[in-house]
Amino acid sequence: MQVFLSNRCPGRLIVVEGIDGSGKSTQISLLSQWLRRRGYAVTFSEWNSSPLVRETTRRGKKKEMFTPTSFSLIHATDFADRLEHYIVPLLKAGAVVCADRYAYTAFARDVVRGVDRSWVRNLYRFAIKPSLAFYFKVPLDVALGRILGGRDALKYYEAGMDLGLSRNIEESFRIFQGRILEEYESMIEEMGFHVIDATKSIEAQQKEMRRIVLREFGRVRPTGVLGTEVRVARLQE
Amino acid sequence: MRDYKSRPPLSYYRTALPGLDYSELQGKLIVIEGPDAVGRSTQVRRLKPWLEEFGHAVLDTGMARSALAGKGIKEAKAGNTLGPITMTLYYATDFADRLENEIIPALRAGFVVLTDRYIFSIMARAIARGENRTWIERTAGFALVPHAVFYMRAEVKDLISRVVVGRGAFDYWESGLDLHYGKDMYESFVRYQSSLIQVFDDMADPYGFQVINASQPVDRVFESLQTAISKIVETEAPAKPRARSKTALPGPRVARLLKIK
Repeated sequence: MQVFLSNRCPGRLIVVEGIDGSGKSTQISLLSQWLRRRGYAVTFSEWNSSPLVRETTRRGKKKEMFTPTSFSLIHATDFADRLEHYIVPLLKAGAVVCADRYAYTAFARDVVRGVDRSWVRNLYRFAIKPSLAFYFKVPLDVALGRILGGRDALKYYEAGMDLGLSRNIEESFRIFQGRILEEYESMIEEMGFHVIDATKSIEAQQKEMRRIVLREFGRVRPTGVLGTEVRVARLQE
Repeated sequence: MRDYKSRPPLSYYRTALPGLDYSELQGKLIVIEGPDAVGRSTQVRRLKPWLEEFGHAVLDTGMARSALAGKGIKEAKAGNTLGPITMTLYYATDFADRLENEIIPALRAGFVVLTDRYIFSIMARAIARGENRTWIERTAGFALVPHAVFYMRAEVKDLISRVVVGRGAFDYWESGLDLHYGKDMYESFVRYQSSLIQVFDDMADPYGFQVINASQPVDRVFESLQTAISKIVETEAPAKPRARSKTALPGPRVARLLKIK
């Protein structure tokens, strides 16, 4: 089954994926700054950030109202809004869109919650295929070590408490993240992830990402946005 | 189009809901579908007390009424950035919440569930907006198969007169104004509702809709629905000669039993 729609726009879409504590946000932030300095028009889209959906998600989480299906659907709604109103227009305009998490996050998390694998793959069929998808591969203990203790208390859904894996929130989080990790690992081939060894130094990971980006972008000379002259002319006709 | 007619009631169309024991379900699930302004809500409002007269507990539900997403959908529709895929999925979220938290518990308890619209309106709106049919069919495929889907069918001209007489103005979303179809709301309404009716017509056979002629007067539509529902839920068929009272409720036999005039 074809997973996503191919990107027919001049812009490029770069996504980072991985479990919590894999360091992906740090890396995409460094990469986007680097691209900006090289002259690209870079924009950013974060998982779960649509203004149309925010209140609904907040209500559902606060009152613990979600089932695996409604949890999956509200995240797809959030994603759809960002795609329709932000990502696609920016790709058309020739921007480099960096996304911290993409549909793969739903594929991993929702399946762990018991949602049917092919149902959730179909749900995101309207998504645009990324130009590059980086997966930050990290052993569970390393990721947990980076997260636990070093930040605020874990939240109910984040720790997978709705699955009844354990009454201890930290233990639940461990089991939940472990299962998500397995889902990610099984997607590497299918989705064509560029695997980054997230146990290496931050600098070494960034170097590897930049190498892959340069290879992908080839000799495109950034002039702000990519390939806009042609398209604007076409729309003006 | 894939054929769903043979799916037994209270099973799923394509994908099982995680964690649901389908064998626990009883009750009856009755769907009233059709385009905007066709008179669905009026009929549901009359069917509920009619069924209750026969001792059935009735849950009535409808689009955008979920505790989870109802408010969010209303707010999103009041703004000016709601895209077609987002709208479809927002409604699907609302539907999932009502299905799992209202409809299924009611069925488990043996209720008659009357629902004003179901997945078919969500699907029709998506398809009329050019979204992929298979995508939305699969997405909505976790829905329970109802005991009956009554498709209230009317022509666009009937809908127009209902809108003009009943509401006095065209609505942005009912006119599909987001599709930039015509010069004004009237033209847009005609084109959008025509394509919705076409999509409903196409779904009628594969999903086994029972078509109700909704161009008839309200009382006649009500009688058609009563007759059809009597085959699913234990009731006394509407007695003849037909009730002529303004509300047609309760039916004459019930009125006699209750000693009211």
